[in-house]
Amino acid sequence: MSAMAFPPWAVWLMLLGLAAFAGMIALSIRRNRGIRRTLFAFPYGLWIVVFTLIPLLLIGYYAFTDRSGAFTLDNFRTFWDSNFEMRKQMLDMGFDPADLGIARGNVNMDTLIYSLWMAFLCTIICLAMGYPAALFMADRNFKLGSTLVVLFIIPMWMNFLLRTIAWMSLLEDNGLINTLLGALGLPRMQLMYNSRAVLLGMVYNYLPFMVFPIYNALSKQDPRLSEAAMDLGANAALTFFKVTLPLSLPGVISGITMVFMPSVTTFFIPRVLGGGNTEMFGDLIERTFLSADNWNVGSALSLIMMVLILLSLTTLRKFDPEGEGGTMI
Amino acid sequence: MKKLLSLVLIALLAFSLAGAQAQGTVNVFNWEDYISEEVLELFEQETGIKVNYMRFTLNEDMLVQVRTSPGAFDVVFPSDYAIERMMAEDLLQPIDYAKVPNADQILDWLQDPGYDPGQVYSVPYMWGTVGILYDTAKVSAPIDSWGALFDEQYKGEVFMLDSPRDALGVALKYLGYSVNSKNPAEIQAAANLLIEQKQKGIVKAYQVDETKDKMVAGEAALAVVWSGDAQYAINLNENLAYVVPREGSNVWVDSMVIPRSAPNPENAHIFINFMSRPDIAQMNAEYIEYSSPNAGAIELMGEDYTGNPTLNPSRETIDNCEFFHDNNDVKVLYDTYWGMVKNAK
Amino acid sequence: MSRMFKRGYLALMLLFLYVPILVLIVQSFNAGVSRAKWQGFSLKWYIDLFNSASIMNAFYITVTIALLAALFATILGTLAAIGIHAMQKRPQGIMMTLTNIPMTMPDIVTGISLMLLYIFTRIPRGYFSMLLAHITFNIPYVILSVMPKLKQMNKFSYEAALDLGATPGYALRHVILPSVMPGVITGALLSFTLSLDDFTISYFTTSPLVQNLSTLIYSEARKGIKPTMNALSALMFVALLVLLLAVNRRANLVKESK
Repeated sequence: MSAMAFPPWAVWLMLLGLAAFAGMIALSIRRNRGIRRTLFAFPYGLWIVVFTLIPLLLIGYYAFTDRSGAFTLDNFRTFWDSNFEMRKQMLDMGFDPADLGIARGNVNMDTLIYSLWMAFLCTIICLAMGYPAALFMADRNFKLGSTLVVLFIIPMWMNFLLRTIAWMSLLEDNGLINTLLGALGLPRMQLMYNSRAVLLGMVYNYLPFMVFPIYNALSKQDPRLSEAAMDLGANAALTFFKVTLPLSLPGVISGITMVFMPSVTTFFIPRVLGGGNTEMFGDLIERTFLSADNWNVGSALSLIMMVLILLSLTTLRKFDPEGEGGTMI
Repeated sequence: MKKLLSLVLIALLAFSLAGAQAQGTVNVFNWEDYISEEVLELFEQETGIKVNYMRFTLNEDMLVQVRTSPGAFDVVFPSDYAIERMMAEDLLQPIDYAKVPNADQILDWLQDPGYDPGQVYSVPYMWGTVGILYDTAKVSAPIDSWGALFDEQYKGEVFMLDSPRDALGVALKYLGYSVNSKNPAEIQAAANLLIEQKQKGIVKAYQVDETKDKMVAGEAALAVVWSGDAQYAINLNENLAYVVPREGSNVWVDSMVIPRSAPNPENAHIFINFMSRPDIAQMNAEYIEYSSPNAGAIELMGEDYTGNPTLNPSRETIDNCEFFHDNNDVKVLYDTYWGMVKNAK
Repeated sequence: MSRMFKRGYLALMLLFLYVPILVLIVQSFNAGVSRAKWQGFSLKWYIDLFNSASIMNAFYITVTIALLAALFATILGTLAAIGIHAMQKRPQGIMMTLTNIPMTMPDIVTGISLMLLYIFTRIPRGYFSMLLAHITFNIPYVILSVMPKLKQMNKFSYEAALDLGATPGYALRHVILPSVMPGVITGALLSFTLSLDDFTISYFTTSPLVQNLSTLIYSEARKGIKPTMNALSALMFVALLVLLLAVNRRANLVKESK
């Protein structure tokens, strides 16, 4: 893994990226009246290029090459067919994969689909639980509202590993919840070692990220709008659906973004609460980089996942009438 | 306040940028909680050499660090197969045994081990076995075979090790093959056994760190564990017992090595020699509660140690076990089959 | 909808969030070392805590990095959000996609990619490199927190201020910033939170000598996390709770007196 020997084409590619970006900024300045304001984003633009884009290009380098540094698309093929590399190695060793019945492997695809599904469920649950919470806290008549919002974020300051392990103490077969059930004469349940527990862990982890943006959007809403609607004869439900909800949509979109995207890459929770029985894509990528020591395939898998997540999010953004942060794809 | 903060920031920055090591330091890279703190203090007192102690969690993490930070470490504590890997990548320097006279304390069966022929690059530190930790209150008869893990009567009561080589190794051993098998048919048979075990619902969970606490809590009947973890659990729950199955198992060793790029090789040798001193080895062994490779230390620990089959298995048991060897040329096979096992529903 | 229902709902949710924390705190008083077996009440882990140089060091590093990263991320991110908001649709779309990218990257990819960057550019890994990494992953969250506020702001206030003779800097400070302040604060809080907790990215972008609490805890996971960590978490929790409630109370009193 000699990272020092980066081929010249990689360096040229990066410089090209920088030039393209600078050009974009220049164009934006030319067309826009708010010339001064646009420039505010320039430091960040530079930061992104150096600390996100260039590292990504380095990852891309690994994704498109094999261990010896030669160009290949095989790493991406491994996503579709997880047995691809193994079949090649078997042939090299003189064994025939057909003898052993090695067909197309769908491990990587299955895991990604499972992860996308879990992330989707997590986002929906966070939304369903978080929106009412934000709504109640943003209620102007509720004096404790802003204090409660603060209380929402504090659990996040306890270490993530410790919190997840604490859930173990609660959910185990001999954990606190089951002990309580036993004491009450109720049957014990297997609360852990399955997808339900993983989902619980994920929701626990990401709920505050959903609540915050929605709370922000709701709390600054002009109350006179809903009052006006009520004056015009709408009842509470109608006011909510026609006035409050649409106006809070940017916050909802932010919340969904901040929950869905990171949750696809969740790791550690499936291991600890799911009993390592089903991997999510985050675990798979970590395993590929570290345990399997295969940075090439790991990079390719990561790139595929990132593209897919960005695509899902673009489809979601079509629902945003304000076009808040519409993506370019 | 701002000034103080920026001063601190500059100081820390300078510290992090300082590549030069002061005379009289040694940079040690070891597993977490794998040394007695007293030992480090004693070392600093007796030799005057300052210890920069750093920790890692997995061999893989350690390898990444050693490869990407040459000159950062003097003494590293890798596991056997990792040593082979490091040897293959020419990351280590031979040990000058003239400077480590205490190395003759190492047990004879650990001298000239398979992973480091001639013991050129490593001095053993701790060792152990892989076996079954079981809850005597939950099993029908004493366990002595890997077969118990695949027995349907223990449905939902088995913890397996979440590590490709260990899990496949168990299956391979049960089927009568070597843990270092390079035959795809054998590895496939092992993987299928594990997949079956999963699909029949026998496995409760695949985990590594959480197993010992869970066995203490009585979460399962059987678990595949390392001997040191077994000892930890047995100390806290008297119902538990440990056995190395009759089909044989894996014996592992964590050793001390010196990277080729070590900035203080002299001090590294002094450190390794110090660790191999019987009284020091005893302190470490008693604190960590793993098996010691040091004959002098074993003598000092007496009956407490020699009478404990978990930490001090019989010679036959040891002979029935294999070391893991570096399997880089068939790694893809193991990892791919492991992926199938993890993905099986 | 009845008030009781609303209060009840919020109470349940808070219960859900805090029960594991309580479990953690209780376990910090366990005389035994295993979370599976209660061996009596003891304060020894709290004492151990203050005697441990490595933990105190890690604590110091964690807090300073979190504060500094939150500070710089908030500044860069707020300016960026203001700038992006003023862009045309196309460049704005590009910038928002770019902002999303760090959030789609799994921690390990962010960590390894930055590590590769540092190796490539010969930046030594340590405190500084870890700080840069933290700022990098925090900024998108700041931008996403500030953007909705910018959308809600009156589109022409800034220009109006300029027309009335204000300099861009004045208009920024007195027109834009007050409207977006709640978003800025949220962003800062989120950044601080994310930095406190991160371990994968920190692990790959620092040297083993410079550990933060998360990497320290993670490295203990293999052998078993000692209750000392629970004790530290409990103390941090109580301290932060008191601090935040005090600040919040103050803000409320100020609001009411206006």
